[in-house]
Amino acid sequence: MRDEQSLKKTPLHLIHVAGGARMVEFGGWDMPVQYPDGILSEVRSVRSNAGMFDVSHMARFQFVGPEAVAFLDRMLAADVAGLRQGRARYHVICNEQGGIIDDAIVYRVTEDQCLLVANAGNADAVKEFLIPAAQQNGGVFFADLSDDVAMIAVQGPNAVEIVDRLCPLPASSVRPFRLRRGEVAGIPSRIARTGYTGEDGFEIMPPADRATDLWRALEAEGVVPAGLGARDVLRLEAGLMLHGNDMMVENNPYEAGLERFTYIETPGYIAGEALKAIRDAGTPRVITGFRMVGRGIPRHGLAVINDGKEVGIVTSGTHSPTLDDNIGMGYVDRDLSNEGTRFEIDVRGRLVEAEVVPLPFYSRKRS
Amino acid sequence: MATPDDRRYSDEHEWALFDGSIVTVGVTQFATDSLGDVVYVDLPEVGAKVAQFDKFGEIESVKAVSDLFSPIGGTIVEVNSDLMTMSEKVNQDPYSVGWLIKVEASDAASQLGKLMDAAAYDALTAEE
Repeated sequence: MRDEQSLKKTPLHLIHVAGGARMVEFGGWDMPVQYPDGILSEVRSVRSNAGMFDVSHMARFQFVGPEAVAFLDRMLAADVAGLRQGRARYHVICNEQGGIIDDAIVYRVTEDQCLLVANAGNADAVKEFLIPAAQQNGGVFFADLSDDVAMIAVQGPNAVEIVDRLCPLPASSVRPFRLRRGEVAGIPSRIARTGYTGEDGFEIMPPADRATDLWRALEAEGVVPAGLGARDVLRLEAGLMLHGNDMMVENNPYEAGLERFTYIETPGYIAGEALKAIRDAGTPRVITGFRMVGRGIPRHGLAVINDGKEVGIVTSGTHSPTLDDNIGMGYVDRDLSNEGTRFEIDVRGRLVEAEVVPLPFYSRKRS
Repeated sequence: MATPDDRRYSDEHEWALFDGSIVTVGVTQFATDSLGDVVYVDLPEVGAKVAQFDKFGEIESVKAVSDLFSPIGGTIVEVNSDLMTMSEKVNQDPYSVGWLIKVEASDAASQLGKLMDAAAYDALTAEE
């Protein structure tokens, strides 16, 4: 049973319950998995119009001070020093052994101020990794903004136009992977042009006590509330990894296909030596996207089989309503990871044929 | 949607509609409500045998896989092949177009006695 009392609640919790959302536990939070119209309808709204997600459960950590950037570059594979003010970078956070603690976005807010947005389920692990080290550095001041600042992701082909109607900045002046302060529906917010759906849009960070006002203003403009179920389908269609599913602390960024988001050249970077060794040695398995040729839906934990032998493991899979296909990804022996290669998925005792396809499964048309 | 009172129900949230020895089987509205959007249904071959309350297939929503348990034992004489490509019919109307299989029951009367009527089933789901 879900022990609702012990779960954390976002500032939008009541609005979800009042909206008829089905609530589930996620990373220690009581979160909406779907609204009454259902996951497929929510996915369609995000792909064809605009949907919004309460992502206030994600961790928002602020680092300020003359040493903040140098400190983060010692701890993250992100090259924060190379980020200009107002820009953001997706990257991995690795431990000294090169294992992935989390994937995150770091925003260079000002010269000496950074914002790190990490996964809800990894908030404690990321804190444990960063905070003791920060406390030993007199030039870095840490603040956990997670309770004071909410976060709403507005995503979809119409998201930019809709948010512009509420934002005199305008919001469209915030380019992809940038961050600015501005008012949305009269609410002072941080506006980031980032997301986790494969669509254009924003992640808007209002003060926690104004989050419901912002949600209602967006809903009045036709943005459709969506839950974690739709978010999971959307991110998988877009080939985006989910920590805890597609990668664990036992995985390294090279086998996870995240080399592009792993900057290891900063002198003194904590995982630099370990990651160089892993990269140079090569990894036997690599994250691989596939579609089902036979009937069946791949699911997390199912085995990948070739010639009767286990050659990999499924980490994510679903029915993709956008592609009308059953898709998955997982770690597969490198020599079986090339496009067009066929293998089988062991769907609870039934071997179902699958074919390697390039990631992402879905890319939006860009105007 | 009201629970139809022309059929019987199992505590695994399946229904059985008796027409002589041929029994049509499906899942209840309660089941589809808790599953969410159905995206895949795996049904047995015609001719396969199933015992009462045994697993006969799987139904998958976007998020989860659930086993299907037959409220009736016998030989499968028909499966709803529309569901191969249009699994959403289960959500549209689980009591008509969303039926799953038809079973020829060997001893329909005695099996029927082990199932609930609509009122008893409603009482069960009101508790859950």
